[in-house]
Amino acid sequence: MKNYNIFICGVGGQGIGLLSEVLIQSCLAAGYAVLGVDTHGLAQRGGIVVSHLRIGTRDKLFTPRITPGEADLIVGLERLEAYRGIVNYMRDGGSCIYYDAEQQPIHVRMGMTDYPAISELEQAVAERHGKLERVFIEDLPDVRMQNTAVLGRIASFELVEGVTGDIIREQLLEISPAGARDANQRVFEQAMAART
Amino acid sequence: MSKFAENMIRKDAWTGLMMGNHALVRAMLESGVMVVSAYPGSPTPEIAAAIEIIPEEQRPIHFEWATNEKVATETAFGASINGHLSVVFFKSVGLNVALDSAVQLSMLDCTGGMVVVIGDDPGANSSQNEQDNRHAGRMMMMPIFEPGSPSETYTMFMEAAELSKKLKLPVLFRMTTHVCHARELVEFGPIPDFDYDWTPQYHAKGLEYWPITTAVFPLKRKAFAKLAAVEKHALSSPANRVISPNGSEAVNGRRLGVITHSIPAYSVLECLDRSGSPIDVLKLGITFPLNPEQIVDFLNAHDEVFILEELDRILESEIKAIAFDNKVTTKILVRPEVEHLMHEFVPQRVWDLFSGFWPECFEPQPARAEPAEEVSPRLAQMCPGCGHRSAFFAIRELIEEEFPDTITVADIGCHSLGSMKPYEMGTVLLCMGHSNGTAGGLAIGNDKRKVVCFIGDSTFFHAGLPGIINNVLYDRNVTLVVLENYTTAMTGHQPHAASGEIGDKIKIPEVLEALGVKFLRSVDAYMQDKLKDHMRDAMNHEGFGVVIAKHPCMLKFIRDKRKRAAATKNAQSVNR
Ligand SMILES: Cc1ncc(C[n+]2csc(CCOP(=O)(O)OP(=O)(O)O)c2C)c(N)n1
Ligand code: SF4
Repeated sequence: MKNYNIFICGVGGQGIGLLSEVLIQSCLAAGYAVLGVDTHGLAQRGGIVVSHLRIGTRDKLFTPRITPGEADLIVGLERLEAYRGIVNYMRDGGSCIYYDAEQQPIHVRMGMTDYPAISELEQAVAERHGKLERVFIEDLPDVRMQNTAVLGRIASFELVEGVTGDIIREQLLEISPAGARDANQRVFEQAMAART
Repeated sequence: MSKFAENMIRKDAWTGLMMGNHALVRAMLESGVMVVSAYPGSPTPEIAAAIEIIPEEQRPIHFEWATNEKVATETAFGASINGHLSVVFFKSVGLNVALDSAVQLSMLDCTGGMVVVIGDDPGANSSQNEQDNRHAGRMMMMPIFEPGSPSETYTMFMEAAELSKKLKLPVLFRMTTHVCHARELVEFGPIPDFDYDWTPQYHAKGLEYWPITTAVFPLKRKAFAKLAAVEKHALSSPANRVISPNGSEAVNGRRLGVITHSIPAYSVLECLDRSGSPIDVLKLGITFPLNPEQIVDFLNAHDEVFILEELDRILESEIKAIAFDNKVTTKILVRPEVEHLMHEFVPQRVWDLFSGFWPECFEPQPARAEPAEEVSPRLAQMCPGCGHRSAFFAIRELIEEEFPDTITVADIGCHSLGSMKPYEMGTVLLCMGHSNGTAGGLAIGNDKRKVVCFIGDSTFFHAGLPGIINNVLYDRNVTLVVLENYTTAMTGHQPHAASGEIGDKIKIPEVLEALGVKFLRSVDAYMQDKLKDHMRDAMNHEGFGVVIAKHPCMLKFIRDKRKRAAATKNAQSVNR
């Protein structure tokens, strides 16, 4: 198979680590080889956090970083970061699944730049002949579950053959801390069912 | 015990998904490492996290955070000459701090073995420069191992530790940011039954640990002899290998090869996979000392060889010298532009570079069009509620209103972000602890502009004290603001001398008083009016003055609170 590249992006503190861990473990469980790399650093202070995942067969995977313009899937946890991910990394015909959280950076708050409207994401994706899937849950019990909601939506698609919703659910529950397991499962199912 | 910790100390062989930093810790356990000392800095703190997650009573490794990298190095050295295999780790620029001690080590018999692990940072992902510590390895006369993936981190550490023990020679283990943070499946071996003998074995017959003046030369000769042994080892080491993914044949009548290292080697292999060209790759894991025979053989087997390295022209220069000495006629190709001496070599960049030399193998590709969309930048910011924010806000207001033209000197830590909008406090920055010295220099002969400098509390002990002492001694017209938050925040909240988590807290105001600081005030950073009053008085004071603006790191505070709540919840559910 050709490698499948997932570019995950968001803002420090949104739980990108858990999201990418669940996806990696799911792909491993489905029998694929995976390489990944995360950016660490100033994560806690509202900086950009990204994680690269490359999925395929061992003999065709060499480096973990995705070349700009070659991501099959952009997973965003925040609107501006999803937009940045689409613009820089989405391949022609790729997809983006993002949680529509809004975290304005200082440049926007000081009026130096604009925060993107949903329509700008739609347009950027259309220009790349891709698909855009917005995730938003009105009554999400905890903002720290935005990552779970996105996972639920990813699970509804089986974007990589064999990485089924059941596998992703199982990995999520395995990795979730015991206290958060039930709530995570509820959000996961809700997001999975709400697929457009 | 967490599943992760259980796996970490599993006696039998297993395979698991691992980050480079974590694979390193398993390799330490399988090698019988007994002492690890460190000072935090990206990209290495996860090494400590993987050690500390193992419950202490089941952890064969004695681990501790040191005051700075130099002390960490000395600690590991002391353990090693006592017969215990030791490791010291820190980030790239940490080696600058450690160097004064580290340059002696290879002359002295490190009987237990010692591995110096550094996290270099090509691409300056989280550092103030891109310094290439392969230079330092040469100056320190330490062999250099360079893994390019988590699996190689594991296997090469085992090899490095073994070699270090055998030769009693410290080894420089050079990881880079994206090796530390890469994740892949790693196949681990079993942990042998070590006896972890803590008997102090230090023994000096004469001056073999005393390198001063003429005593240096026999010791230096010994170090050269050890390096010669490593050179021999390099020939048969699995870390140095020739890879021919597409077979080796001539391309248009020329046999082509690449000599490379670390992550760039994998970028080359990815390009070769796309291209299908029969080019051979000599991947060097041990990059110092080079084995001339190995290099000459590879060169002679090819008509053209590209030397692809990341950062400085080190392999290029040494390989060219070897080729000259051995009258090799192979055409040696190197990176042509200054731009190539910066940043990382990801596959696309390697392709573009090679296509300029070997277009028949790497078809030149049009540069990817810059996306038309404008996307707002997002700069890292201090957390909401951070005490540093409050302090900067107040001090900026005071300076604007009453002391325009003041020069503000930044230091390294979360508070470095105060240099950016909207605070713009601290406009010159070198390294950890520079602020007092730099401010002192700015104050010389200067009776026109006030000088204010900042420092964090971990940095205060790390490298701040000498500069502070200088300012006290010369009673410089400088106002120092100590931003005390009781933790090493920037790198992930490690403890320090004044955090109260290691031994008795060393109290910063008491240290300053003992040093003879004449003007000293302390105030919670949230009390902005009072902070402004203190700052005004300090800046009007003739000579050196210190204001401590204290407030616990809010991120750590919130996380600790959550952890405590979770722990109580667990305890309650157990009781029930
Ligand atoms: C020589 C060196 N070692 C380590 C680092 C990594 N580092 C950056 S800031 C920092 C310490 C910050 O702690 P502190 O001074 O307490 O300031 P805070 O982040 O808590 O505000 C460290 C260790 C570095 N930049 N240079
Ligand atoms: S981590 Fe702590 S010190 Fe750093 S910005 Fe956040 S609150 Fe401030």
